[in-house]
Amino acid sequence: MLKQIEGSRAIAETVALCRPEVICAYPITPQTHIVEALGEMVRTGELAPCAFMNVDSEFSALSVAVGASVAGARAYTATASQGLLYMAEVVYNAAGLGLPIVMTLANRAIGAPINIWNDHSDAMALRDAGWIQLFAADNQEAVDLHVQAFRIAETLSLPVMVCVDGFVLTHAVERVDLPSQAEVDAFLPAFKPVQVLDPDAPMTIGALVGPEAFTEVRYLAHRKLSSALELVPQLAAEFQERFGRGSGGLVHGYRLGDAEIVLVALGSVNGTIQDVVDAWRAAGRRVGALGICTFRPFPADAVRTALESARQVLVIDRNLAPSSGGVLATDVRAALPDQNQQVRAVIAGLGGRAITRPVLERLLEQATRGAVEPLHFLDLDRRLADGGLERIS
Amino acid sequence: MTTTRPFAIRIHGRGGQGVVTAAELLSVAAYHGGRYAQAFPSFGSERTGAPVVAFCRIDDRPIRSHEPITAPDVVMVQDPTLLHALNVFEGLLPNGFALVNSQRGPQALGLAPMLARLPGITLRTVPATEIARRHLGRPLPNTAMLGALAALTGATALAPLLDAIRDRFSGSVGEANAAAAAEAFAWMGSDTNRPASTVEATC
Repeated sequence: MLKQIEGSRAIAETVALCRPEVICAYPITPQTHIVEALGEMVRTGELAPCAFMNVDSEFSALSVAVGASVAGARAYTATASQGLLYMAEVVYNAAGLGLPIVMTLANRAIGAPINIWNDHSDAMALRDAGWIQLFAADNQEAVDLHVQAFRIAETLSLPVMVCVDGFVLTHAVERVDLPSQAEVDAFLPAFKPVQVLDPDAPMTIGALVGPEAFTEVRYLAHRKLSSALELVPQLAAEFQERFGRGSGGLVHGYRLGDAEIVLVALGSVNGTIQDVVDAWRAAGRRVGALGICTFRPFPADAVRTALESARQVLVIDRNLAPSSGGVLATDVRAALPDQNQQVRAVIAGLGGRAITRPVLERLLEQATRGAVEPLHFLDLDRRLADGGLERIS
Repeated sequence: MTTTRPFAIRIHGRGGQGVVTAAELLSVAAYHGGRYAQAFPSFGSERTGAPVVAFCRIDDRPIRSHEPITAPDVVMVQDPTLLHALNVFEGLLPNGFALVNSQRGPQALGLAPMLARLPGITLRTVPATEIARRHLGRPLPNTAMLGALAALTGATALAPLLDAIRDRFSGSVGEANAAAAAEAFAWMGSDTNRPASTVEATC
């Protein structure tokens, strides 16, 4: 059903349609509206049967989700920023134990300095914890990814993190087509856990593994996570067939045919990028865009194929690995062994700095002149930065 | 490919005046009118009494961009004490609209120097607080401002705006807000109010 609705509310209503049995969360900006709405739905009985548990911290929130999942319940939580870091140990455990938990991450910067606004530092910090990480380009995709996430998680027995740009999407009111309960039920069958802790049939989950097998366990984790590269596009295709719209999958190419300069990005900036690409294409410029929806596992083959014609690849990284560069650019570079393809790490949109159309157009102008450095800080206030450099040198 | 761009509205007010709600209601009204719309607040500033900004884009096709609005077609100011506290008209496009909540006419607000720098701007005032007080018993100007905005700019027709208001506020609160919007719409559309409270700034 079409609705003009806030992103957080749309996500909450969709999560409810997925019939979670245990929701446990600790509030943190900008995720709060999502769990507030779900808490309200559980309280009124609109979402039932479901237990909503209030806890003292994010560490406890994900720990409860782990306990619920291992007992056979469909479990959901949501967090952001420092909240994700606070649950980091459990994030690894959820993946290592193969628990199909779904978590919404309302992407936000990490302090210090404290900053409540959007970037992708939180998701990047936990990128190697073994979770599937999906990034939504808009609120329609945010909604659709949650439906797909539970199915992906339970098919593979792996946790899935749905990354949604904090404020930019969570607090935006837009037109969203919300699925019906019948549609979701048909796509997402009841949870059948592959392993359950049951006092009547005791077993051990998460036993100590020594040096003789730990490497093999990690190798299997690598193979298992990588297998999502086949499942994710299959389920996106099935979703499109049933729901009539394309959402999810590995990557979204946009006007890539004969494109020489391609902008690559995660999340909500892709809409602005597509507007810029249209304007440049109208002027006869050979530019295109590649949105990455599945960041973990990293779809290296899909990225390589999509970027076949590109001579220059500008990777918009809403994160910074200090002294190294951009996390996404590092992965894209590794996927493109052809030395003739220049990959530029463009550090952008940190801590809520807007990535605007004029800023992107200036970047493309620079790229046309070959003037974008391998590590480029977009829209950097030189005066402010140089003043700071003087003080620390 | 079309090169049209969305109609963009920026709303200024103070925390507690329903600024974010106004942007949302406008987007829902546009949606009810069969158009695409996107509303969003300036993030992190929602404290009672503090300056708050919210935005709305309206278009005939899906809106992909999520960048902030820096060059609005309309600036709506719910609290006239902001006029001299910050540059609420920053980036307002030539031939755009400025709508200010005030009992006084534009001349009396001391905005002539500002308007001299903005070619072709239509500035109007509307006594939204007084209209709101009459209908709601409280000085909450947002729905009255939206009624005036609809009449001034055509960003939405009145009927879908009233639908959006009744969707959001149930029962008598919804009816009172709808009545405030309708009165402000009529007030703004009335010829008797037009000459005295309009300033057309030209360079």
